Amino acid sequence: MMDCRQASRLISEAMDRPLSRAEQLQLSMHLLLCRNCRNFRQQMQQLRQGIRQGRER
Amino acid sequence: MPSDHEIEAERPYLLRYARSQLQDAAAAEDAVQDTLLAALQGRERFAGGASLRTWLTSILRFKLIDVVRRQSRESTIDLGEDLDLADLDAVFDGSGHWAHAVRAWGAPEESLLAQQFWQVYQQCAQVMPKRTAMVFAMREVMDMDIAEICQNLDITATNCSVMLYRARLSLRECLEIRWFQREAT
Repeated sequence: MMDCRQASRLISEAMDRPLSRAEQLQLSMHLLLCRNCRNFRQQMQQLRQGIRQGRER
Repeated sequence: MPSDHEIEAERPYLLRYARSQLQDAAAAEDAVQDTLLAALQGRERFAGGASLRTWLTSILRFKLIDVVRRQSRESTIDLGEDLDLADLDAVFDGSGHWAHAVRAWGAPEESLLAQQFWQVYQQCAQVMPKRTAMVFAMREVMDMDIAEICQNLDITATNCSVMLYRARLSLRECLEIRWFQREAT
């Protein structure tokens, strides 16, 4: 099972490229069990959104 | 065709945009100046389909990329600082778990936010290694994809993704301290 360090790296990469099937599977297994990484993923989306809104202003 | 005045009116926006990409304020101003000049000279090429701001921003992007290219040619290409993930050791514990709990950020209210968030983001971007901040800005502010970034900066896709990962972790920590905790208090 992947750890948070690896999961967070994949969460970041998923924002820039499509993950492979295997990566997706491993990541979603991890996310299912890990609230910290789920929160991290959400924060990354908020970061992207915040920048887009700030940029368009 | 846009008037001088209409073009000039976009200067503050363009400056803000340029400063968010380049730490070097003088270089940012030069890039904006070049952009406005190019726009004034080439205004008949403005098709009018897109907004004037969008058109100017697209010119500015090319100017900014030129600056970054020039800078990376001048400095020796040493990505050591940008690729060193050792400072992330404090983020995770020895078993690869988060050293501190990752708490959900509240959903910030939209109106106030955009402006203040952008300011905090710019402060936070300053503490990152230069090239890392640039790669992040190319990806998230200029919406370039990895292939474009690699090509423009002459780095590999792997290096690029390490730098983006690191930028995101670093911004997360910085925003949490400067933005979300301030919200909570």
